[in-house]
Amino acid sequence: MREVYVAGIGITSFTRLEYPLVEIAAYPGLMALRDSGLKKIDQLYVANMGSGRVNGQTGLASAVVDHLSLTPAGAVTIENGPASGASAIKEGFMAVASGMHDVVMVIGAERMREVNQLEATDFVATLTHPLAEYIYGVTLPSLAGMFARLYMEKYGVTSRHLAMVAVKNHHNAMDNFYAHLHEEITLEGILDSPEASTNNPYVADPLRFYDMCPVSDGGACLILVSADVMKKLNKPMIRLAGIGQATDTHAVHERKDPTYLFAVREAAKKSFAMAGVKPEDVDVAELHDAFTILEIAESEEVGFFKKGEGHIALEKGETKIGGKIPINPSGGLKAKGHPVGATGVGQAHEIVLQLRGEAKKRQVKNAKIGFTCNFGGFGNNVVCLTFIKEK
Amino acid sequence: MSIDLEKILRPVDMVLPEFPAKYMTLSNGQEMVVRQVNRDEIPDILPHVEKLMHVERDYYHIVAARVYAELLAYYTYRVQDEYVLAAQVDGEIVAVVNGRIVNPDIGMSFHTLSMRRGLRVGAHAFAAKMEYHMDILKQKEVLIVAESPIGFRRWMIEYKLEKRFHIPHELGGCPSWSLTRNLFDNARNTLVVGRRPVPEKLLAKAHDAILPPTDPPKPPEDLLAATRSMLDNTGTSLIDMRRKLGGM
Repeated sequence: MREVYVAGIGITSFTRLEYPLVEIAAYPGLMALRDSGLKKIDQLYVANMGSGRVNGQTGLASAVVDHLSLTPAGAVTIENGPASGASAIKEGFMAVASGMHDVVMVIGAERMREVNQLEATDFVATLTHPLAEYIYGVTLPSLAGMFARLYMEKYGVTSRHLAMVAVKNHHNAMDNFYAHLHEEITLEGILDSPEASTNNPYVADPLRFYDMCPVSDGGACLILVSADVMKKLNKPMIRLAGIGQATDTHAVHERKDPTYLFAVREAAKKSFAMAGVKPEDVDVAELHDAFTILEIAESEEVGFFKKGEGHIALEKGETKIGGKIPINPSGGLKAKGHPVGATGVGQAHEIVLQLRGEAKKRQVKNAKIGFTCNFGGFGNNVVCLTFIKEK
Repeated sequence: MSIDLEKILRPVDMVLPEFPAKYMTLSNGQEMVVRQVNRDEIPDILPHVEKLMHVERDYYHIVAARVYAELLAYYTYRVQDEYVLAAQVDGEIVAVVNGRIVNPDIGMSFHTLSMRRGLRVGAHAFAAKMEYHMDILKQKEVLIVAESPIGFRRWMIEYKLEKRFHIPHELGGCPSWSLTRNLFDNARNTLVVGRRPVPEKLLAKAHDAILPPTDPPKPPEDLLAATRSMLDNTGTSLIDMRRKLGGM
């Protein structure tokens, strides 16, 4: 296999974008072309989860490649639930690593706010088991609520720990221009004050409003190239060194212990092994915190902390910028936003910024190895990526 | 002669009890004061409302334009029995709400204009407005309309308002909805919050000056210009300029 590098990156604000989905996808593509200095690509992959259902548009990659005037490059749309973004990066990696292509553009884009929140929540819920979960009214927040309750009972996680994740990630997002939520929140405001239960009402007990990610529109882009191309560009050498993907049972109740996220564990293990690094080598990570409890659980499953000790590390400040392993310096899904199909590419965008040393106020010092975990379904399809900065 | 004409044009307001100021902690830990503002303070508010007329997002432009007109009408004595409440954080104005008293039993809610987003600022200010009608003025119901989907979710859905589609609302053709005393009592413990009395220092700060909003709603990024910019550098310049203005 050939080595694969990130030559260019681009991103839109993750927020509500009142533009056609094709525009949302094309914008970060343009940014990435400018960033890389490249003008042509061999192949485009567009990650998206819901354009057919939410936006009434199919064949998205064909529309985007034309919109960017990048024809006759090949173009394929990748749909793999909320893990679509990292799945498309995986496809892009394979296209370059195999020698089939030298320059591959990977775009993630989603426009969820074309519909109201109820419809958006229902659309995401269609990734659950149709006969065992969806028909009974299961939504992702409800699954996360049940998961959080189990986690609390088994490991001693409290509402305060969950709120601490939200406070941390909202704080990080303050320094991210592209983040959806630019509001500091405090434990007093969302947990302790007399008004806290109104500011932060229960949504899916024990999860409250600030335990949930927002519904976002947005796009992000990575341009992956071979070593030969990369050397000509005079850009920081950020190598996509490891990719791991794993799956678990579709229905959550079929798992022996639903508090274990085996697909996360397996995908991370594969990604680290491929990159030749260990979890303790990672300098910065973006984990899929669609719900605050997931940041804690994933931080354990990927190997940063022992099982059941993620919340203790959080308490000690080990996951803050400046801590032992900064998690979600971008604000994470929680505050940066979660345009589902774009999220995995957005996570990779942040890690590349961090490894390049271009993350400004939220920069993790001397970051050389970065990691992302893109969590599909409710942990039934997970893709982890490891990036290494080379000299 | 002109003075006499002004007397004819100017409505005679009822003497209304004042809204007793209250305060609450926001999600970000800051304390927000909601208080009634008098006519003399309206010119301090108008410039901040005017800027939002140019924000073509979430119906800010139409709501701001109408609030501006309503505040101006209040200031120049051209609407009867109107009141205005302002929400402030450290003096900074973060929301304006207003309404009118139709008769002793019925209130007419005009607008809720939030100048800082994401902290339930508008929702808290709206709740204070309803509290004024129900608890202070002892009215039976308040007629409400929504001009944006956000408003519809906040008022019609959260308070479970009753339809009054057969009653015209003073804001125009929008269907009227009603907050009844019963609905307000049901919402009292979950949506209507705040503490009294407001600590002296906090209230003094609010009265001291109406400061401009530090993070008002902004227009969306111009993505269309961005995608044109491959062939049109003006588009990119526009975006860069907006980013610089936005403090990036």
